[in-house]
Amino acid sequence: MDAAIEARAVRKHYRGAERPALDGFDLRVAAGTVCALLGRNGAGKTTAVRIMTTLLAMDDGAATVAGHDVRTDGDGVRRAIGLVGQNAAVDEILGGRANLVLFGRLRGLAKAAARARADELISRFGLSDAAGRAVGTYSGGMRRRLDLAASLVVPPSVLFVDEPTTGLDPDARRDVWATVRRLVDDGVTVLLTTQYLEEADELADHVAMLRDGRVVLEGSPAELTSLIGETRVEARFGAPDDAAAAGRAAGRYAVGPVEVSGVGVAVPVADAGAVTGFCAALAGAGLAPVDVAVRRPTLDDVFMHVNTVSEGTR
Amino acid sequence: MSSLVHGSLVLAGRTFGHWRAQPVPFVVTLLFPVLIVLMMGGLFGGAIAGSAGDYVPFVVPGVLALTMLFGLETTMAAITADASRGVTDRFRSLPLHSGSVVAGRCLADLAASVAGLAAMTLAGFALGWRWSAGPGEVLAAYGLLLLLRFGLLWVGVWAGLKASGPEAVAAVQIMVWPVGFLSTVFLDPATMPSWLGAVAEWNPLSATADAVRELFGNPGVAGGSWPADHGQELSVIWPILMVAVFAPLSAAAYRRLNR
Repeated sequence: MDAAIEARAVRKHYRGAERPALDGFDLRVAAGTVCALLGRNGAGKTTAVRIMTTLLAMDDGAATVAGHDVRTDGDGVRRAIGLVGQNAAVDEILGGRANLVLFGRLRGLAKAAARARADELISRFGLSDAAGRAVGTYSGGMRRRLDLAASLVVPPSVLFVDEPTTGLDPDARRDVWATVRRLVDDGVTVLLTTQYLEEADELADHVAMLRDGRVVLEGSPAELTSLIGETRVEARFGAPDDAAAAGRAAGRYAVGPVEVSGVGVAVPVADAGAVTGFCAALAGAGLAPVDVAVRRPTLDDVFMHVNTVSEGTR
Repeated sequence: MSSLVHGSLVLAGRTFGHWRAQPVPFVVTLLFPVLIVLMMGGLFGGAIAGSAGDYVPFVVPGVLALTMLFGLETTMAAITADASRGVTDRFRSLPLHSGSVVAGRCLADLAASVAGLAAMTLAGFALGWRWSAGPGEVLAAYGLLLLLRFGLLWVGVWAGLKASGPEAVAAVQIMVWPVGFLSTVFLDPATMPSWLGAVAEWNPLSATADAVRELFGNPGVAGGSWPADHGQELSVIWPILMVAVFAPLSAAAYRRLNR
């Protein structure tokens, strides 16, 4: 598949900063997919977005967006993209509709076309009741929706969304997710940055974990979780002796060391199906667990792993 | 070129939209210089010129020039607000001519200044101010006032791009007062200590105030010094110097936003 975004060895060192913000940043996002750039504060997520949207010049490296070279064809890039920045960058004094008309006019739509498009987006984003009200009076979720709408006035082929749900309540967050999913259905490529693993898991086809200005791990959410972790069966018992006995009984299902601690036992297994055999073995040994659970690794574990491992090697 | 014109017109239209959406701050900005004339005329007119009525012909042209200085704050505040709220970045992420943002600002601010001059002129008339010159001179006087505004506009754009936030704007809002008083706007520098008078005479604001007083046929300052006798020349030179220095600085500051 064609790459909608491609970055190679991008480097950016802000003047006066101790370390580079991006240091050999590589990324390839296939057209029509959602890529989540995941990382802690200061990992370089926003810098990467600002470089690929031509707001910031890179020191070194190369990047293309929708086939346009970020360094030499900034206008081509700008024509192809939409950007939803970290703080909802819309005009606070104007109303929601007036904002959309303004951005439509700035994208070269004629007055009537800009108005028609604004009306369409206002109703699609559920802002009809507030269309004429100053944006300064909007809630955080409404601003986000307007911000997204403003970046879609002329449908982009690549949409950059920088931490779209930071500071939003759960309802507003689900709203934004639904919007992003709809865009992907329309064929838009989305690069979103987030600190929320749940968000990456929920939306992304491809997750790139960023640390110290470079991608340290990437793949589909499923690939990443299987890469790191193991599935474990965890059981708890009424007494520590039972837990120890269960550890011995279940030994043949374990693909790694069994952990017994107090009344709990944790058995790493090859897959979730092993839970049946594990329970049968417990029954055979006359052990009745109080609680049995299968725990799969989450992106959270991957994230912790990535951050602790690279911390250890620095 | 057409994209520059289109972009600037749309962005100037955005500011006009602000006036429609929030007319009160706009009207307050228009009327503030009128308040200054009323205050200065009423409180100090008698002390300075013998009577408020005798002070009006002197102070109205001065405050017309001062109104142009107040415009500096408007420009700077607008540029800073857009930069700090990410609006400038959004504009920069659009396929716009790179000059559109600043050119749109110029158009809107010059329009605001024309409105400010009109309001002050009407108020001046109501207070008994008159010009005794032909239409050519009167037009030239307003042209010089707007030329000063145009020069200050670039100072405002540069300061707005350099400002870290609203605190810097507040600092400039305070600093316009000493600049305004250390000029011939309110007083003849002949009444000041000589070194202070010299500073006031070289103030760009004084050059414009002196030049338009002469063009309107209103009473001016006593003169005698080089800057006081060359107000008209200086009222052209100062704004051109401002543009020559601050337009390139502004362009560089705008380009440096991507560092």
